[in-house]
Amino acid sequence: MSINTPKQTSHLKREILARLIRAYLGNNYEEDVRLIPYMMRPQGSEVPFRCCIHKERAILRDRVIAGLGFDIEEVKDSELLSTLADKATKREVPEEHPLTLLQTACNECVPARIHVTDLCQGCVARPCESVCRFGAIKVENGKSRIDHSKCKSCGMCVQVCPFQAITKIIVPCENACPVGAIAKDEDGLTRIDHEKCISCGKCVSACPFGAVHKKSHIIDIIKNIKNGKKVIAMLAPSIMGQLPCTPQQLKQAILDIGFSDVVEVALGADVTTKNESAEFIERMEKGQEFMTTSCCAAYNELVEKHIPEIKPYRSSTHTPAYYTAEIVKKENPDAVTVFFSPCVAKRREAMQNPNIDYVLNYEELGAWFVALNIQVNECEGSEYAKESSAQARNYGVTGGVAAAVNSLLDDDKKAKAHIINGLDKAQIRDLKKFAKNGKCELGNLIEVMACPGGCLGGSSTINAFKPALKQVTGYVESSPDVKDVIKK
Amino acid sequence: MEKVSVKVCLGTTCFVMGSANLQELIDIVPRKYGDKVDVSGVPCLGLCATDWEFSKAPYVKVNNDVIKEATVEKVIAAIDAKLLKKV
Repeated sequence: MSINTPKQTSHLKREILARLIRAYLGNNYEEDVRLIPYMMRPQGSEVPFRCCIHKERAILRDRVIAGLGFDIEEVKDSELLSTLADKATKREVPEEHPLTLLQTACNECVPARIHVTDLCQGCVARPCESVCRFGAIKVENGKSRIDHSKCKSCGMCVQVCPFQAITKIIVPCENACPVGAIAKDEDGLTRIDHEKCISCGKCVSACPFGAVHKKSHIIDIIKNIKNGKKVIAMLAPSIMGQLPCTPQQLKQAILDIGFSDVVEVALGADVTTKNESAEFIERMEKGQEFMTTSCCAAYNELVEKHIPEIKPYRSSTHTPAYYTAEIVKKENPDAVTVFFSPCVAKRREAMQNPNIDYVLNYEELGAWFVALNIQVNECEGSEYAKESSAQARNYGVTGGVAAAVNSLLDDDKKAKAHIINGLDKAQIRDLKKFAKNGKCELGNLIEVMACPGGCLGGSSTINAFKPALKQVTGYVESSPDVKDVIKK
Repeated sequence: MEKVSVKVCLGTTCFVMGSANLQELIDIVPRKYGDKVDVSGVPCLGLCATDWEFSKAPYVKVNNDVIKEATVEKVIAAIDAKLLKKV
């Protein structure tokens, strides 16, 4: 499974965040922000990626704008980074949509199509001609040619060519998007259709030029800490596999950077498990054929925007983040709450929840530690005030939610789980089919997680999948059973 | 023959800037080189506090050579170079 392959684009984005945080915590914020592109590409430095140093700096400038939390497409070219840095500290509410496109970095990739390469031998068998159902491919002058007005890009010719001479050219972001929300306009530039976008973040990971950016809340969060507000961190379960330290050390490290308290979202996951298993029993008794989980934010947005017909089958239980934020705000009505997230989609969910004020993703937290040179594994451990169950702490791993629900069901009522481990176009077609037919042959509890591997494969994670899983599993194995936690 | 030593920095800065993905070296290297190479993940080597700070992290040390902006490929190439010299 190739989840979280290392990329230069992540290095760039994290370096910018770290510099931005350092600038904001320093004494010369606006000017230091203005200088970030020059610090990263000083006079006479190498030009590793683009045509010249000026373009490199221009693109870095745009990345800083996203780091400041603004929409790159809306900011005027002439505006100084120092002015924007100042504006970022004066904004009351963060921008609504979490993604923004960096047009200057967009490669204007070759449009997606089928292409016959020079390897074509104009062979006698010509399986490409016979397999094409649209009459779009013919051998002319000893080489196969495609009539693009007829070609439907089905890719059959690619599969049958004995020389592997035909290839499918893809636009990585378009190819990664499961809902057709990102595409090139007539002008060749890529745009996101926010009406269709489910914030899954697959385009962020897919773009080899790093042209899709997350608008950060980092300045807003640090501002609240600087202003002496009580800021409470709520950690999604997948975070426990992200940094080279114990969960207790992580808590202390987060307290050290200025948070007042640190709460595990596993706390809310135990409530989700309890409600969702009761709901499952009730639905099965009423004769419903299947139920889907409801904790993945990208899946929830998919349902709202693209598969409304599956709503009657989706669990109406709230997400662990919802219950956690509710508990935290009830106990601390004056606190500012920050949800620590593995992905882009949770940003959307959080912005619609009045109990969650901001979202910090794992990359941003990592950059914060980098900026302050904090060694997480040298921190003293600090215990969490409330105990959560093993099942709840395993919510971020594919299969974890279904397993948690099942752990509260009696043997004769156990659910047969069908696990959707990463959403793609084919999985979406299947979900539509289940909704239409009112049943799913593969199981009666469908767990949907948009990212392969679960939240550990989220687009804002730091650690590679395998070591992250090992770390989370270690924590899960040292935690109490859900039945013992709920009883208390 | 003296062993080649490979130290993958797992300090927080290196980890965030990319050594999370270098942890696979700890599996790959013994499989590829057997006991000719010693590989381990180590706490902060202190390199992020010097010259290029965090911008050139992650760092890996192969014997006494520092590899900046380390990748699995760069580290393997450096090990190969060390082993070749000794033959």
